Amino acid sequence: MLKLTAFMAGLVFGLGLLLAGMANPSKVLAFLDVSGTWDPSLALVMLGAIAVAIGPLTWARRQTRSILGNPMQLPLKRELDPRLIGGSLLFGIGWGIAGICPGPAVAILLTGHWQVIVFVLAMLAGMLLFTALENRRTH
Amino acid sequence: MNIDWLNFTPWSSLAGGALIGVAASLFVVANGRIAGISGLLGSLLQRGSEGVSEKALFLLGLLVAPLVWGLFTALPQIEFQSGWSGLTVAGLLVGIGTRYGSGCTSGHGVCGISRLSPRSIVATACFMFSGFATVFALRHVLEI
Repeated sequence: MLKLTAFMAGLVFGLGLLLAGMANPSKVLAFLDVSGTWDPSLALVMLGAIAVAIGPLTWARRQTRSILGNPMQLPLKRELDPRLIGGSLLFGIGWGIAGICPGPAVAILLTGHWQVIVFVLAMLAGMLLFTALENRRTH
Repeated sequence: MNIDWLNFTPWSSLAGGALIGVAASLFVVANGRIAGISGLLGSLLQRGSEGVSEKALFLLGLLVAPLVWGLFTALPQIEFQSGWSGLTVAGLLVGIGTRYGSGCTSGHGVCGISRLSPRSIVATACFMFSGFATVFALRHVLEI
């Protein structure tokens, strides 16, 4: 059952991205181009998502287990450290260059565009680089 | 400010956002996990992660979404504006940045803001700001 709900959640997430227009890099860039001809659609994606998710996530904060018995795994960190801020700023630069963030990258990987394959390979390389640097730091 | 009314898609964007919210809710309520794509990907790239099958199945669902969509109707337009060098630099920055920043648009922007996490609110403000600034610099200063 846990596997089925995980798969369904991923599938619905992907269908939502496609419907919302998030899976189209040109539309994402048009949203980020506030001083050009601005397409505000993607602000509504976030609004719609948060409006639906805020209830269940508030409920989840008060639980120790999910309804299927998994431990509730919500992040516990509270500090606003330089890693959070620096990392997020870097991510935004990459997002602003190509108009692709990790969710849409996976959701359009099988649509046959070479561009997304290049992007995903580079993104995975970036993630592996982070892991390698972290391992060196802690050993 | 010029609004691009021609390409403004309020209803499909709201509805798509609501679906994303449903998916994030299902994953947390049923599996007790945050639907943060960079976090899920990153943890699968690390040895000794727990819950590998659930994380991989979520990503599999996301991966096959366009195939399922295609069973019913034509895929929406997907148009790129970068060449291979831009895509490579962007991908590297997104990969490194989301791991150092512990999340991306889904984990911080949707799930984190929905649970009113101060870290996620700050992270979202940071990547929105640098996203806006980058597009401004590329399109209106450097005019690339």
